[in-house]
Amino acid sequence: MPATLTPDIEIIESGHGGGGIDIPAGGDDDGGGSGGGRPQIPQRAYFTMIQLALAGIVMFFMALTSSFLVRKGLGDDWVAFGLPKVLWFNSLILIVSSVTIEIARRHLREGALAIFKRWWVITTALGILFVTGQWVAWRNLAAQGVFLATNPSSSFFYVLTALHALHLMGGIIFLLVVALRSWRRSRITRSTAAGLAAIYWHFMDGLWLFLFALLYLGR
Amino acid sequence: MVTHDESGGGHGHHHPPSGFIRKYIFSIDHKVIGIQYFFLALFSVFVGMTLSLLMRIHLVWPNIKFPLNPGGLMTPEQYLALVTMHGSIMVFMVLTTAPQSGFGNYFLPIQIGAEDMAFPVLNMLSFWTTFVSLCVLVSAFFVTGGAPISGWTAYPTLSALGEITGPGQGAGQTLWVIGVAIFCIASLLGALNFITTTLDLRTKGMTLGRMPLTCWSWLITAILGLLAFGVLLAACLLLLLDRVAGTSFFIPGGLVVTDQVIVSHKGGSPLLWQHLFWFFGHPEVYIAILPGMGVASHILSNFARKPVFGYRAMVAAMSAIGFLGFCVWGHHMFVSGMSPYSAFAFSLMTMTIGVPSAIKTFNWLGTIWGGRIQFRTSMLFALGFVSLFVTGGLSGLFLAQPSLDLYLHDTYFVVAHFHLIMGVAAIFGIFAATFFWFPKMFGRMLNETLGKIHFWITFIGVYSIFMPMHFLGLAAHPRRYSDITGINFLQPLHSVHYFITMAAMITITAQLIFLVNLFYSMFAGEKAGDNPWHATTLEWAIPSPPPFDNFAGNVPSVYRGAYEFSLPDHTEDYVPQHLIPEKVAKAR
Repeated sequence: MPATLTPDIEIIESGHGGGGIDIPAGGDDDGGGSGGGRPQIPQRAYFTMIQLALAGIVMFFMALTSSFLVRKGLGDDWVAFGLPKVLWFNSLILIVSSVTIEIARRHLREGALAIFKRWWVITTALGILFVTGQWVAWRNLAAQGVFLATNPSSSFFYVLTALHALHLMGGIIFLLVVALRSWRRSRITRSTAAGLAAIYWHFMDGLWLFLFALLYLGR
Repeated sequence: MVTHDESGGGHGHHHPPSGFIRKYIFSIDHKVIGIQYFFLALFSVFVGMTLSLLMRIHLVWPNIKFPLNPGGLMTPEQYLALVTMHGSIMVFMVLTTAPQSGFGNYFLPIQIGAEDMAFPVLNMLSFWTTFVSLCVLVSAFFVTGGAPISGWTAYPTLSALGEITGPGQGAGQTLWVIGVAIFCIASLLGALNFITTTLDLRTKGMTLGRMPLTCWSWLITAILGLLAFGVLLAACLLLLLDRVAGTSFFIPGGLVVTDQVIVSHKGGSPLLWQHLFWFFGHPEVYIAILPGMGVASHILSNFARKPVFGYRAMVAAMSAIGFLGFCVWGHHMFVSGMSPYSAFAFSLMTMTIGVPSAIKTFNWLGTIWGGRIQFRTSMLFALGFVSLFVTGGLSGLFLAQPSLDLYLHDTYFVVAHFHLIMGVAAIFGIFAATFFWFPKMFGRMLNETLGKIHFWITFIGVYSIFMPMHFLGLAAHPRRYSDITGINFLQPLHSVHYFITMAAMITITAQLIFLVNLFYSMFAGEKAGDNPWHATTLEWAIPSPPPFDNFAGNVPSVYRGAYEFSLPDHTEDYVPQHLIPEKVAKAR
């Protein structure tokens, strides 16, 4: 190490450049913490991450969508079947849940925690209702003798709806965590977490409408 | 991401965990996780190399009996199982993990001035998910029928119909599909972390334009991974359903397998798998090689004591390679019966990749041109990387022509091409990175003499192995033949095979030199200072090995780009990124 340049370490410790990362409100002074050996990160990082995750999920479902189109176009064995009526009801449920989650967030912003929680729980319940409704749709089809391997059309129906339901159940767990967890000593604030959950939820809502349209129009 | 309750508050910087398990096994420290990935890849590369050695021995001496093998002689199916597992383990567990998840995990946060990855728990989960996928993949060897025989590309219908298509196509193939699917999830989680960390956790002054090219390459690789692995995951799920749930996504009707008509499936499209697989598969090639490009650029600049020639062009070229990587998957399918018009489009796009690749190559040459080159082992490996990248890349231009590919497809020419460019070039990138960063990771130097002996044997060795394969391919020698006995037109090529096998045995043996060097130096190597290479980036501003939170609570700011070497009017030939401008010594 050349003498003229030396005090690397001194420079680091001198604090000239320390703390380039924006420490979010409640950083290290109030003991709000970086427990578990994890450093503070800016709240925007969570939003970056959720958007990237959605990009990955888009690619996943686009791969399945193009498989749907290719398989339907190339094969000569595609048999359409009537989609269960309950899917319309389920779609409505999910759209309504996107509204209720926004109402909940508005109350969170205004600091009305109790009302926030009420609407949040309603949203979660609607989510559970949606998955139950999907279950009803699957039972309905099974009762008509339409199973996973019956026809490529039914294969894609089960695969797309099940994978969407799986992602939505992840969202439900996310909602529950936001509602039930204590946020006082966390790296991430409740409002950030609620914002992330809402982004994910709206996306799952939109994804469902897309898949429903695909399944309906592509029968 | 949000499910862990916190305990204990932080004061300025976060504290290391106590206890062996939290510290070394289920660690959330990116440096430990990076080393875990490194050793996972090291284990895998030796497994993969052993498999290739068995193949090479069998090709030359088909009548040799292998111990532990029931019956002694290697069957054609066993040979294909080796092909499959060699490819799968090398591509997924070595080329994808070591350069990106291994070195990227360790050095990305430090180089951009972050205390850790953005999501340390997610990071730990990525590693352990990868570990599980490796276990599932390798367990395919130990089930009835053994490992699958369908190659790392797992084309249906061979991969979709189950045991009837051969040993290994039962439980072995199912485990393969599940293992790869799990790997996809691990890689997706890792990609989220890499991109978020790069975008949001850079220290003050570390603009994107000042990032080391290594960080750029990890960023672009992570973006490729994020967009590609989801597609492979979808494909694997559909293949799994075809195998276990009786669906027909990929299986056409009317198949006859070993005198048996398959009636349980119809209408599916094997081509659909090929499209999905290669839409992932081609970006995967760049996932393997891009980090090597970043590392080579970094090291060439450092040991030529010159700034990277055309930094912006380098970034643009890597981005272009990444983007084009998504537009060329069809060149793997020229013989699939695709429309000549599609083939033309894919061919054109593929050759377009030659442009950014040439930009990179000429910029590497420009970087070392006129430099005061220090031939350290890592520099040798970086130069070797450039050499192999050029050699392997040139044969890519041949294969990008549909008319030539029709002839060369499924011959050894292809084997030579992708081993040079994706296999050993990436491996040379890993070696270069290992020799360059080992002092930082373990606080000791690797032995240079052993390193140089290892380099020269390996460098000459890999060329001796893979250059002759071009000639095998031009002579129409098909891939994946386990034995050429009795195939008349291949008989004159036997001596070439013999030469390749000898070269492979020597080269593989030489890897033991590296292994000895690695473990010896880890415990008894010469002590490394903080900055043994007189390098400029942030990892060299902290002790070797770095403290738990990298910067001991005081994250440095950055004042300049990553490659400030040999500036005029300066007393020293390098200026570290974090050095405040007033402290930079200038000659009068």
